[in-house]
Amino acid sequence: MRPDAYAITIILLAATVESGTILLFPIIGEILTERSGILNLGIEGMMIIGALVGFATAFITGQIYWAFFMGMLAGGLASLIHAFISITLRGNQVVSGLALSIFGLGVTNFYGQEFVNLQLAHTVPQVIIPGLSQIPFFGSILFKQDYMVYLSYILVIITWFILFKTKTGIQLRAVGQNAQAADAMGVNVYKVRYFWTFFGGLMAGAGGAYLTLNCAPFWLDGITAGRGWVAIALVIFARWNPPYALIGAYLFGAINALQFQLQSMGTTIPSALLSMQPYFLTFILIIVATLLVKAKHIGVPKELGIPYAREEK
Amino acid sequence: MKNLKVLVVILMLVMLVSIFVGVGQAEEKIKVAFIYVGPHNDGGWSQAHDEGRIYLEEKLPYVETAYSETVPEGAPCEKVIRDYCNQGYKVIFTTSFGFMDPTFNAAKDYPDVIFEHCSGYKTLDNLGNYFGRIYQADYLSGLVAGMMTKSNYIGFVAPFPIPEVVREIDSFAIGMREVNPDAEVHVIWLNSWLDPVQEANAAQTFLANGADIIASGMDTPASLQVAEKAGKYGIGYDKDMAAAAPKACLTSRIWHWGLYYVQVLEAVHNGTWKAGSYWKGMETGLVELAPYGPMVPQDVRDYVDKRKQEIIEGKFECFTGPLYDQDGKLAVKEGEEIPDADKLSLQWFVEGVIGTIPK
Repeated sequence: MRPDAYAITIILLAATVESGTILLFPIIGEILTERSGILNLGIEGMMIIGALVGFATAFITGQIYWAFFMGMLAGGLASLIHAFISITLRGNQVVSGLALSIFGLGVTNFYGQEFVNLQLAHTVPQVIIPGLSQIPFFGSILFKQDYMVYLSYILVIITWFILFKTKTGIQLRAVGQNAQAADAMGVNVYKVRYFWTFFGGLMAGAGGAYLTLNCAPFWLDGITAGRGWVAIALVIFARWNPPYALIGAYLFGAINALQFQLQSMGTTIPSALLSMQPYFLTFILIIVATLLVKAKHIGVPKELGIPYAREEK
Repeated sequence: MKNLKVLVVILMLVMLVSIFVGVGQAEEKIKVAFIYVGPHNDGGWSQAHDEGRIYLEEKLPYVETAYSETVPEGAPCEKVIRDYCNQGYKVIFTTSFGFMDPTFNAAKDYPDVIFEHCSGYKTLDNLGNYFGRIYQADYLSGLVAGMMTKSNYIGFVAPFPIPEVVREIDSFAIGMREVNPDAEVHVIWLNSWLDPVQEANAAQTFLANGADIIASGMDTPASLQVAEKAGKYGIGYDKDMAAAAPKACLTSRIWHWGLYYVQVLEAVHNGTWKAGSYWKGMETGLVELAPYGPMVPQDVRDYVDKRKQEIIEGKFECFTGPLYDQDGKLAVKEGEEIPDADKLSLQWFVEGVIGTIPK
């Protein structure tokens, strides 16, 4: 009468992809932002702004995809604050990013008041991809999702391609590795950094909007519950490479799902393992990733967090 | 550059202050402060307290209130409490288990201020604690769930493994097993009071495993909404969650804190307030079962209402033996009742609960 293990696994992994998508967007965005040399710790703030704007737009217009776009845009606009402080004013990026996070929580607390306890009439519809969804096991997990999830797959491929296979990508990485050299080569460092910081904001906003449009379709103060910080941690795990971001986001979700499944079965797990929440695991993953980065000297942009000043040449 | 840094720091301070808002002023009134762990309009626990605060202001004209919301448990809470003390607040209610030690520390330093902490156990001459026997409502909702489940798999989305929550799950299971000896309630701990995405994930885990009813011990309706989307049922907590999930919500276990707040402030006003441990149940109205959803059949309503009446009249107590533990061993003998002190430190599951309590 009860579902078998295979059916349970498929349902849970499909749900994992959904909740992983909340993280995947911001991780991709932050990877490109950091590749250009800008450290933006404001993801939590941009995500929650995207979450509120997305929810509010959906509530007022009833247009889910329009709401997703607006949430994304709101995250992008919020990132410009950070871009202005850290690129134009050459301020401390850590302080500015943290301030952006706190600003996001504060401003959504204020403007979110009238949206509390409201319900969305429509949630994101499922879109089954013909053909691909027929693939045994993976088809039901990956291709019975919604347009936002498919967008995240495409973004992983596109950003990877841009980063490593195009001139734009070479310029982007050059700016993050050695801004002065890039400048000498004729790359407009400020423009590149502004653009990719904005892109990071768009992605953080997308993650937030996906959260309130699909996963928890209502508005509540602090609804992102620290996911922006997890995303920042997973950027390190991903070693600044988009395909690894996908692995990181889903792995994080899968471990969480596994932990829940074991609990619901009443499994007597050693208490140490039970208390090892995914957040703690992220911590371990980062240590491993950091060691790998150190050993192989890959990924981390050399001038991450260092402001560039042209006239100081 | 320096100016900019100063500006950023000022901005951050402004934001911090704006998080802890809600301070009012007037003279000759008793100034009362409330400290919430979540937003004052979270649709759950903190909102239930905030409605109590508003009720208090309406009932007693000589009272003036303020509140701080989304206050982190631990040291930041102590800072907020001390700020209120320094501003001349006379009565301070701290409404989360994790506020206990900060409240205790502050109470030692401000002997003239009256403190009331919700759901803890520490007391001082000027520090009382209060809670309600919500387990009575949990037991009743367990009856509803036991009679209405078809798959005999019920999920319980639980916050922290502390006695307060263990007691809720146990009483729920006692009710469920009274009417349906085959039903099981499965438990997932989230180790958080409020995280809608995790609540939804936990609910999805239960549904994937064949659950047809999700009981929530959390402060938001997220898990009920997952049940609603899947065409299953849910049981709410803190407030009537029917509005958030009208097709899913069988009933909710709810609080009416205002009744207690008025009682405390009347005692303070008359000079009769004494620190104590207040723990009352449905007979006072502090704890209640929300109206049933339209899908609950009449025979279920009749059975549960009868038990409810017995509880209110003091004729029935769900923590009365025979009670068996998870291994099926007799833990409480027939006719014996678990004493209040043991209920308050409850750390074992009864038969019918599938889950473990992390040590």
